[in-house]
Amino acid sequence: MTVRGVHIKIQDLTHRYTAKSPICFEKTNLEAKRGEALAIIGRSGCGKSTLLHIMAGLLKPTSGAVYLDDELVDKPSPRWVMMFQAPHLFPWMKVSQNVGIGLHFAGWSEAKKRDRVAEAINLVALQDYAENNVQDLSGGQQQRVALARSLVMEPEMLLLDEPFSALDAFTRAALQRDVRSIAKRLGINLVIVTHDIDEAVLMADRALIMAGSPGKIYDELDIDLPDPRERQDPTVQAMRARLMEAFHKAAGGAPAGGASCNGHEEPEIGNGGSAKPQVVSAAAMKKGKKG
Amino acid sequence: MSSVAAPAGVFALSRLMKSPAVRRFVYGALGLSVLFVIWEIGTLFLHFNPATRTFVTFGPIPTLEAFPTLWGEGKIQSAMAASGYRMGLGLFLAIVIGVPIGILMGRSKRFRELSNSPFQFLRMISPLAWMPLAVLVYPAWDQAIVFLIAIASVWPVAFATAAGLAKVDPAWFKVARNLGAKAVHMLTQVIMPAIAFDVLTGIRLALGVAWIVLVPAELLGVTSGLGYAIKDARETLSYNHLTAMVLVIGIIGYILDSACVVLIKRYSWHHRRA
Ligand SMILES: Nc1ncnc2c1ncn2[C@@H]1O[C@H](COP(=O)(O)OP(=O)(O)O)[C@@H](O)[C@H]1O
Ligand SMILES: [Mg+2]
Repeated sequence: MTVRGVHIKIQDLTHRYTAKSPICFEKTNLEAKRGEALAIIGRSGCGKSTLLHIMAGLLKPTSGAVYLDDELVDKPSPRWVMMFQAPHLFPWMKVSQNVGIGLHFAGWSEAKKRDRVAEAINLVALQDYAENNVQDLSGGQQQRVALARSLVMEPEMLLLDEPFSALDAFTRAALQRDVRSIAKRLGINLVIVTHDIDEAVLMADRALIMAGSPGKIYDELDIDLPDPRERQDPTVQAMRARLMEAFHKAAGGAPAGGASCNGHEEPEIGNGGSAKPQVVSAAAMKKGKKG
Repeated sequence: MSSVAAPAGVFALSRLMKSPAVRRFVYGALGLSVLFVIWEIGTLFLHFNPATRTFVTFGPIPTLEAFPTLWGEGKIQSAMAASGYRMGLGLFLAIVIGVPIGILMGRSKRFRELSNSPFQFLRMISPLAWMPLAVLVYPAWDQAIVFLIAIASVWPVAFATAAGLAKVDPAWFKVARNLGAKAVHMLTQVIMPAIAFDVLTGIRLALGVAWIVLVPAELLGVTSGLGYAIKDARETLSYNHLTAMVLVIGIIGYILDSACVVLIKRYSWHHRRA
């Protein structure tokens, strides 16, 4: 697959769903380098998903614009794809058909599709399941299929909306590591929306803290840690503590009930700590699932 | 009898019965044999009662004997062709009208609420109750029968389509749009495969209803088709021809229904998990 990424520029983005509903976020500005992995952290209801839907071209902003290398994003495109919280696979299709569906929409021939699909399936280590019906797979495997379905389009930017929050801790850890390594290898931009501080530390080059009502980006933190990142690593733990602190500071500074917009929950930190299992590699996961 | 068979043979048989296809066939054949025995016993009663003795050709043996004659005369074929044409056209109309109505019911809340009462009301009118009206409206009996079949089968198709659409996950549309799907892809790659199972289930129900409506409708007016063949056989007092045609109706209905079941299985994607 070709190596590519894109320069992201978000200009004065403002959104409200209807004239009567409150402003979701106001005059948000953001830039990201080619190939950068960006995490946006914030509590539920801050407008993170809304921002991501606009970046994917699935939703029109009230005002402002998103540019990718000076191209305006105003509709969905295979060049910028989004991965959702649930896999949303088509249950009447096999794994390989689900992965190839975007290429089918683009009018690719069966023969041309085959190699690309096989490559994407290899990337997420599901080659033994290519001909299975997706309903026969576990939740983690299904989310891998969704990842392959996005990657097969060779996007410049991959948008992830809390993509692993429904998975068990083992699978989540494995996917967090795999997605980052795949994105880095292909050079594509990642934008990960999450309310899990650990996820941001493990996956991103830079973390943005979104808070307030209307939502605003309050703070940002560079996460310059070497790969692969392990949860127990003291440098990772230290970074987590710093991000946590920044988050609470933003919470204190934000109007209308601190960092919370609607929700009253704390950001998720429960996933961290030394009590949690080691990150499991994709290969190990596969072996475990088969047994 | 089974005690004569060698133990090895019994063992092989019981192993063969483990295969679902063999099991289904054996039990199916067994069930049909029971039906034939009851039929023969009924015929014996006719035989021993002097008042009904003339009707003994209703029995299974004379009936089976009638088949070569009827087939040779081309009566079975022509009846099947005439009835098949009416059924096919009626069902085709029911699907062409019923599926879009079902899609509208499934997609538009307002249409669903507006149409629910009138549709439920129309649905409960026996298709045969339309017959006098149909005969008045349509110049030819053929058209009237097609109308009766269509009006009987449009409801199961429409309601099943609507039920299928209600189960479609809106996220599938978002995912498809996200990956560059155009409107035609939404229809062919998302909506159609998603509701195929329910539409086919509706068509199976419709087929059952249409088949039940067809025969009585053909007892009147027309001079072709399976219903007419029964009437004709009665009037010419060829009772074994009558039962043979009844048998033909049962066999065709059974085959059509089985074909629907095969299609439903083919397009079903629900509860695949073992
Ligand atoms: N389709 C919608 N119509 C109206 N309001 C919405 C819609 N989706 C989300 N909202 C509102 O916008 C705000 C931000 O939601 P969302 O972007 O989902 O937040 P997050 O992803 O950070 O939890 C919330 O107050 C939510 O109630
Ligand atoms: Mg969200």
